[in-house]
Amino acid sequence: MKKLEDTMILAIETSCDETAAAVVKNGREVLSNVVASQIDSHKRFGGVVPEVASRHHVEQITLIIEEALAEADITLDDVDAFAVTEGPGLVGALLIGVHAAKGLSLATGKPLIGVHHIAGHIYANHLVDELTFPLISLVVSGGHTELIYMKEHGVYEMLGETRDDAVGEAYDKVARTLGLPYPGGPAIDKLAASGEPAIDLPRSWLEEGSFDFSFSGLKSSVLNTLHNAKQRGTEFETADLAASFQASAVEVLVEKTAAAAEAFDVPRVVLAGGVAANSGLRDALTRRMEKDGRKLTIPPLHLCTDNAAMIGAAAMVQYNRGDFAGDDLNGRPGLSLSNND
Amino acid sequence: MNVLAIDTSSYVMGTALVKDSLPLGEITTHEKKNHSLRLAPAIRELLRQTDMQENQLDRIAVTEGPGSYTGVRIGITTAKTMAWALGIPLVAVSSMELLAQNGRYFDGWIVPFYDARRTQLYTGLFKCMNGEIERRETDQMKLLEDLLHEMKNLDGPVLFLSPDRLIHEQRIREVLGDQAVFGAPLDGLPRPGELAQLAVNREPVADLHSFTPNYIRLAEAEAKWRAARAKAEDSSSSQGD
Ligand SMILES: [Zn+2]
Repeated sequence: MKKLEDTMILAIETSCDETAAAVVKNGREVLSNVVASQIDSHKRFGGVVPEVASRHHVEQITLIIEEALAEADITLDDVDAFAVTEGPGLVGALLIGVHAAKGLSLATGKPLIGVHHIAGHIYANHLVDELTFPLISLVVSGGHTELIYMKEHGVYEMLGETRDDAVGEAYDKVARTLGLPYPGGPAIDKLAASGEPAIDLPRSWLEEGSFDFSFSGLKSSVLNTLHNAKQRGTEFETADLAASFQASAVEVLVEKTAAAAEAFDVPRVVLAGGVAANSGLRDALTRRMEKDGRKLTIPPLHLCTDNAAMIGAAAMVQYNRGDFAGDDLNGRPGLSLSNND
Repeated sequence: MNVLAIDTSSYVMGTALVKDSLPLGEITTHEKKNHSLRLAPAIRELLRQTDMQENQLDRIAVTEGPGSYTGVRIGITTAKTMAWALGIPLVAVSSMELLAQNGRYFDGWIVPFYDARRTQLYTGLFKCMNGEIERRETDQMKLLEDLLHEMKNLDGPVLFLSPDRLIHEQRIREVLGDQAVFGAPLDGLPRPGELAQLAVNREPVADLHSFTPNYIRLAEAEAKWRAARAKAEDSSSSQGD
């Protein structure tokens, strides 16, 4: 039952290849979180095909919304606002969620909230353990590698981002060259666990003090290692190469996060995004934050990968501020987090 | 019966409201601008200006395609979600059939089309006699030259209706000469009011959730994947012989 003082947000997320809807109460309590993954369809192509993703979203969208309400055991009458990911992401995919949210808003007269996808990932942590500030968030996914400083709710300062491949993208590319299935992240993580990081691969630190990332050099050196080994006919374990790649990527992510936390003197770090599911990264960051005496939050796996509950959590901050979207809300593939572009 | 109609299958954004057979209003814009910026504001404004409450709507009509993939999806997603939220039926109409309505007082063949790039068209074939429009061919994608060849073999005048008329008019006239008829520029633009009218007597879609656009074509990656698989199956079965 909904109490008068409760705020119910029905959230929708379709920025990539998951069609997702969720009901979140008061920004913290997940009443339902339904995700229809298209991964089996995209596996055939070795990656997400935007047109195929958009088609699946249209097929699924009302069904997923209906399931989210049913699981939460509420009706549209109980909903206070509709939240949706407006960007960044695949434009055609974003537009399905955006127009579903608009359709709901038009049918009910209730307000619309446009949410930044990365804000959603960060707020997945809020569903686990209430966010406290200031904090540093490391956001890692197929499309993002970012360090973000937050001094309060809903305010984001970008400290650094990737200059080439996102870390998840590097995982996918390396997985492909190693002949591992798509998606590459989980496959490499698993393989790395059975190998030793015996191969010396570079760490890309960039300029002194920079919080930016670069993974294309690491990716190339994995390719070179494979190529050279083939030419010389030398034997090596694929598991060792996977472990070495993961060791390099994780070390850079952990060290830069630790450095940012130190520079901004924050008591708390939160991990966000699909690559937060990577066990190597979780373990290394946990050990480092313990050593540095900072509180670390890592959401459970189902809240790390794309979902709508995280969008509902981030939307609550905007709801409280009256930050609503107009009927002309658009899908914005390149939407940036730290300013109002 | 109050019908809200939505058409975003071409660059024309159209929305209309019809009460029984009485048109209450239409908002149509022809700018080549994003439908996201125009559709929902137009629906809200149309409802407001006609004093219609959302919950007084009895059905929602939408063009199912063919047309711009993104455009059709924007219309269908909005229509589907509104219909689901209001618990009312959704009626889908072909974008080509909608366009053909603009030739109601023409006696002869009607060929509505949208440009589909690379000299291809989305098109359908209709015949109009005494104000009755009958479909003669399903909607499909054709090369302009193939379409013109077929039209040459038909008897009588052919009325071409399209918002993309300017792209192909010259070539059509070159091949068909006097057989080709073009109306006034406005005749080539789909009218959302016609869509609402068509929807009054049309059977709604059977399953709202699974309703999807009529794309005509597979996604390019899907088509390639299927072709590769068919080839692989072919060679494996011929090896087995
Ligand atoms: Zn994501």
